[in-house]
Amino acid sequence: MSALLEVDRLTKRFGGLCAISGCGFSVREGDAHGIIGPNGAGKTTLFNLVTGIYRPTEGTIRFRGKHIAGMRPGKIALMGIGRTFQNIRLCTNLTVLDNVRIAFDSRLCYSLPEAVFRLPRLEREERRSIVGSMGLLEPFGLAEHANELAGDLPYGSQRRLEIARALALKPSLLLLDEPAAGLNTGETAALTEFLRWVRNHFQVTIVLIEHHMHLVMNLCDRITVLDFGQTIAEGTPAEVRANPRVIDAYLGGTGEE
Amino acid sequence: MKEFLHAAARCRWALPALVVLGFAFCLACEFFPIFNDYSKVVLITIGINIILCASLNLVNGYMGEFSVGHAGFMSLGAYASAVMAVNWLPSTPMELPLAVVFGGTVAAVIGLPLALISFNTRGDYLAIITLAFLMIVKSAFENIAYVGGPRGMTPPVLTNMPWTFFWVVLTLWVIRNLVYSRFGRAIIAIREDEIAANAMGVRTREAKILAFVVSSFFGGVAGALYAQLNFFIDPRSFDIVKSTEILVMVYLGGIASLFGSVLGAVIFTVLMQVLQPIGTWRMVILPLILVLLMLFRPRGIMGLRELTWFLPRRELKKEPGQ
Repeated sequence: MSALLEVDRLTKRFGGLCAISGCGFSVREGDAHGIIGPNGAGKTTLFNLVTGIYRPTEGTIRFRGKHIAGMRPGKIALMGIGRTFQNIRLCTNLTVLDNVRIAFDSRLCYSLPEAVFRLPRLEREERRSIVGSMGLLEPFGLAEHANELAGDLPYGSQRRLEIARALALKPSLLLLDEPAAGLNTGETAALTEFLRWVRNHFQVTIVLIEHHMHLVMNLCDRITVLDFGQTIAEGTPAEVRANPRVIDAYLGGTGEE
Repeated sequence: MKEFLHAAARCRWALPALVVLGFAFCLACEFFPIFNDYSKVVLITIGINIILCASLNLVNGYMGEFSVGHAGFMSLGAYASAVMAVNWLPSTPMELPLAVVFGGTVAAVIGLPLALISFNTRGDYLAIITLAFLMIVKSAFENIAYVGGPRGMTPPVLTNMPWTFFWVVLTLWVIRNLVYSRFGRAIIAIREDEIAANAMGVRTREAKILAFVVSSFFGGVAGALYAQLNFFIDPRSFDIVKSTEILVMVYLGGIASLFGSVLGAVIFTVLMQVLQPIGTWRMVILPLILVLLMLFRPRGIMGLRELTWFLPRRELKKEPGQ
């Protein structure tokens, strides 16, 4: 298996604060890759760097071997990196269906004149997008809510809608920022199964930030541990669990000095 | 009755039939004394206001920015068309449409830099820039002797009901088709959440250019129709008060709604005519409407909703069990 995403000596400074300092890891194609670490370790900043919301101060990010650091976020998304947000960012005034359609639009091909004059290709493509988007809502249990406003959905459904929307891009890499935040134990177990299904069904590599250790240890093939913006451990769940530096970072000063 | 209207909205031929009927009626008004000249001017003003309102709604409602510079685009369209009609064109039946298209095009070209600014500037800051733009345009016309400076111009009276109706329908049709396409959804996504839009692969820069250029084009079209209606334009006809009027119409009718724009323009124009006798006090009523609106119904009458008639057929929600 080759590396889909390679992050090397990545650094991001906000003024005097160093959110990420020399972080490096690689994600293999087809894996579910967990990123864990204490609060403030720089996990979300890392996602924002990969998706182009922030520009790195130093270092490289390669996706399928191409340098993407500093590219515009829209372009990175179109290359096949979908993501969700820690604090859900849906188009709350639009319907559930339209939320997915916005992401699906990147796959439609018709030109501006065709849209303005409503030529046949527009209708054909728009039908394709409605059918395709409904097809995505189906497995997420959202099809019957397609015409409701996204903002009116309960919290858990909003989280699922965000994943469905990211998948509408047909990404090869899916970044999930705390997908289990706010879910109870039962729901988290269901989410684990669901994410496994998503990975197999959509043939997508998943990178997820998560605090629910149960989910991370069950789902992920490999785990990267961040602390103070640096990679302090990387490996299989078993390796990471046994690593003294990880225990040190999480529990604080219990490792051998 | 309600069911009948609902069924009619779903019929493929209902809307085109209405449009043809409306156009025929406007044509009839030209040849038969159905309305007196005063009523005709009011009706044409309603049409011009619908164009202004719908075009500003694209930026302020659908894209969620706050532009106060729409009167600037209107004046660009008005002056460009007036210069063309007065100096360059012979008096033929095609004089008006050519002047209007030219006015719209000039406004659209000037609208482009505003779009470029909006890449990195948003919200209040962009609003201030549009205000500065409006002041620049106004003082530019005040200082160009070729267009009469502060004294203004006297373009020929060419605007009539059929042409106004044509441009109203064209504006609404183009903006509707845009809004319910991937290009329009990109514009709406910017309003909802620009960061999320980017993450969904929306080309936000292209969407902003499109929104500003289309909006300023139709702003210019409205200005051109206005110039050819009143026999007289001067820079002061297109100041911040004019922009405020358009804003009141947009927020009265409802943001991100084309039917709202029609409603806002009709209500506002009629209200201004009815309140004619109280003179300057109208200018007290106008801001008061705005204050009350923001307090009690910040999204306007139709805010974020659309009449079934204004939706493309494919967007009609399926009834349960259908």
